Amino acid sequence: MRAEGGRAILIEGVEKAFGATRVLKGVSLTLRQGEFMALVGPSGCGKTTLLRIVAGLESADAGRVVIGGRDVTRARPADRDIAMVFQNYALYPHLTVAQNLAVPLAMRRLSALERLPLVHRLVPGNAARRRAIAARVGEAAAMLRIAHLLDRRPGQLSGGQRQRVALGRALVREPAAFLMDEPLSNLDAELRAGTRQEIVDLHRRAGVTTIYVTHDQVEAMTMADRVAVMMEGEVLQLGTPREVYDDPCDIRVAGFLGSPRINALPGIATENGVSLGTLALPLRAAAAPGSAVTIGLRPEAIRVAPLGLACRVEHLEYLGAETLLHARLEAPEARIVARLPVAAGEGLSRGDAVRLGADWERALVFGADGKRLALHQAARIDA
Amino acid sequence: MPEALALSAPRRATAVLGEASAAWFLVAPAGIALFLLLLGPSAALLALSFSDWELGAPTLAWIGFENYAELATDPVFRAALSNTLVYVRVVMPASIGLGLGVALLIESGTRLRAFFRAVYFLPVVSLLVAMATAWQYLLHPTIGPVNKLLAMVGIAPVNWLGSSDWVMVSLCMIGVWENLGFVVVLFLAGLTAIPADLYAAAETDGARSGLDRFRLVTWPLLGPTTLFVVTITAIRCLRVFDTVAALTRGGPNNASEVLLHMMYREGFSYFRIGYSAAITVVFLVIVLALMLVQTRLLDRQVHYG
Amino acid sequence: MRTARTLVEDTPRLALLSLGACIMLAPYVWMFFASLKPGSEVFRDSLTLWPETFYAVENYTKALTAVPLARFLLNGVLVCSLILVFQIAFAVPAAYALAKLRWRGREWAFGLVMLGLLIPYHVPALPLYVGAARLGLLDSFTALVVPFSISVFGIFLFRQAFRALPDELMQAARIDGMGEFSIVWRVVMPNAWPAATAFATFSIVAHWNDLFWPLIIVQSPQMATPALGVLFFRAEEAGNDVGALMAAAVLVTAPMIALFLLAQRHFIRGIATAGLKG
Repeated sequence: MRAEGGRAILIEGVEKAFGATRVLKGVSLTLRQGEFMALVGPSGCGKTTLLRIVAGLESADAGRVVIGGRDVTRARPADRDIAMVFQNYALYPHLTVAQNLAVPLAMRRLSALERLPLVHRLVPGNAARRRAIAARVGEAAAMLRIAHLLDRRPGQLSGGQRQRVALGRALVREPAAFLMDEPLSNLDAELRAGTRQEIVDLHRRAGVTTIYVTHDQVEAMTMADRVAVMMEGEVLQLGTPREVYDDPCDIRVAGFLGSPRINALPGIATENGVSLGTLALPLRAAAAPGSAVTIGLRPEAIRVAPLGLACRVEHLEYLGAETLLHARLEAPEARIVARLPVAAGEGLSRGDAVRLGADWERALVFGADGKRLALHQAARIDA
Repeated sequence: MPEALALSAPRRATAVLGEASAAWFLVAPAGIALFLLLLGPSAALLALSFSDWELGAPTLAWIGFENYAELATDPVFRAALSNTLVYVRVVMPASIGLGLGVALLIESGTRLRAFFRAVYFLPVVSLLVAMATAWQYLLHPTIGPVNKLLAMVGIAPVNWLGSSDWVMVSLCMIGVWENLGFVVVLFLAGLTAIPADLYAAAETDGARSGLDRFRLVTWPLLGPTTLFVVTITAIRCLRVFDTVAALTRGGPNNASEVLLHMMYREGFSYFRIGYSAAITVVFLVIVLALMLVQTRLLDRQVHYG
Repeated sequence: MRTARTLVEDTPRLALLSLGACIMLAPYVWMFFASLKPGSEVFRDSLTLWPETFYAVENYTKALTAVPLARFLLNGVLVCSLILVFQIAFAVPAAYALAKLRWRGREWAFGLVMLGLLIPYHVPALPLYVGAARLGLLDSFTALVVPFSISVFGIFLFRQAFRALPDELMQAARIDGMGEFSIVWRVVMPNAWPAATAFATFSIVAHWNDLFWPLIIVQSPQMATPALGVLFFRAEEAGNDVGALMAAAVLVTAPMIALFLLAQRHFIRGIATAGLKG
């Protein structure tokens, strides 16, 4: 059971250019209320710019942003009711943890006069409001287990603790949306895995609509309800982690998700399938016969098979639970990475000839423009 | 292996020994110069301030604190001390206030940044004596453009540098003009060091107005810069000499006498070395007190551990 | 929202800054235009900037001939460069030893440097003057240069810069067979270039503009630096000729301003980092 908080977000045709560089080329996304969406892509793809436009820290050249049914394209960040977690945390170094957590509440609930030191004591009702803020700060701190740090300053905290305070500053309010800009990228690997789960749990409890920007596909796949894969200023695909991985619409999406990378093998479309070197595969793609296509095969779909393609072993990486086989396909010229059970890799060594086959029904076929081609029927061959 | 071990131990010892002798060799020239030209003379000055020595006199007597006692009753010294402190109290806050304003204005936009920075900084690199001469012309009671401009709006001419009522005002104005660019440049450096994400965080946290963001981010994060600027500007102001020497020579009637100029006159015009040394010691004590306040008291309040 | 403002939105900022800039530049503007006018015109109407009679040649000729102004400028260049050379020659090896070598007494020596930082250069002036008088060095280049040959600020600045260099750099040089002296000048110094330019601009500005020490030590016009030269010029009869006086002021101010405009970035950084002590 999970809570559904926050508001739905609609991003429509957003464009942005810095000088002559078009950073966003008309991006549209819709987030349902309470949804956790990861914006993932290589650095420079425009994901952070898009997030900053949603936050109001950057203005869009065209398009609009609607939060909870209200068009906020021209609204200031403070008027959008969003909370943001920054990559380097952006904590106020001169304020204690408690004060840092209280800022978003004080700015909204207290007038400028009430925020003045000393003067605030004179304003009626102020004490009660301040107590309410302190209580809320206490709750948020307890939720993140940083209650014992409330009197410290950010400079006295470890990276992981700062990260929690940054999360806490977003959590104290009940905003329409959380916007997170690579919040885990400054943590070491171990801390990152733990905090990843924690953010997911927090989201499950509070259920506030969240946009999570990351360049790390593991974060995107493990945390998000849906993943938007961005490249060169465009959203190439939006879908659940399963959809974008198993059913990528573009060779670039397929190439970005998954490690080791998907194998891209050069094939040629024929009347009744695709030919790959000596193999005729019954993958009847919607492509003109004779045109070049790319066959995408995930490393885990490849296995050693006596009737497969002739390859030569380049090197083997023994990873304990499995072995990665790097091989060169001779005709057509291509490199192949296969993820093999350790037993299958035994006895192979550099320079050996090996025949590799695959679960061809898991093969993906892409046209010359990189777009995924539909297949007319599921294929099954034994190779 | 044993040979290698046997070799490496004495080698390290000679290396360290060599390092130490090389260090002494490298430091010696500077060390000797430091003693001969700065520390030694400064100690001598302190000693001289307890003597009645006059340049050319064959003998000197140690007179204890008599020079200081005389300073306490010398009306010229009182004028010099109070004028210097007035100068610091006016020029320092005025240049810091205006300088922060100018720096914030320059930083808040992108147009003509480098141009304005250069314009405001120009007086810092200009030959002050020459510029004082230019100011003298601007402020000339009869032919000066300033009085002519004032006359156009019906204000009677002011004897800027010649009347004891106005002379400190004029020197302070020139002082602000001279120090402003320095303050602006230091604040600009401080402002660019503030992470842009903090402003972004402040905006999403609800700091709508520029004033809110100034209070939440700019002012606290400028703390170390401000403290530094306050100390440096105060010391620069304490050292006021060039404009006084070039424009007023302490006049009229000691109305613009300042510490260093009085020290210069007593020492190098009247050759009362002992007395002049005592004035220098007072000057040094004020400078040291300022630095002490900075490092011991205030530093902790603006650095966030 | 951190976005580029339109020109209209930027107008209040530009207007305020321009107003201030006008005040900052006023003395330069009037100085320059007065140097183009005959004295009578300056007396008649000082508000008009453009001269009716163009008198620049006469003013600048007088400025250069009434006193040896060219000599002052040359003295200034000479004194400033000598001071800078000495300061670097003394400060850099010491700073290296303080930053990178281990030796007993290092903390103690650095303490002395910090002590020196606290003392304004006006303090030792009196005993130095007496010493120079005893040695018969008054009114000489030696007296103008030597007192400034040691810069504690220079030691401090270079030490900070050298500390930031990796130890491996020196270790590699030692393995290559360099002695400490060549390490200082051939390895460390070339890698501390920003600190060196910052220090150089600071030192040149400070000593070109210094009036206090030359006023004490110099008696004859032959030895005067530009700052003192202005006072000599005013003391001459020519001092009553506003046009010629402004021409002289323009001539002594121009070199440093020209240098500043050429190397603005270095100047501003140099003086901002060097604010510590003047």
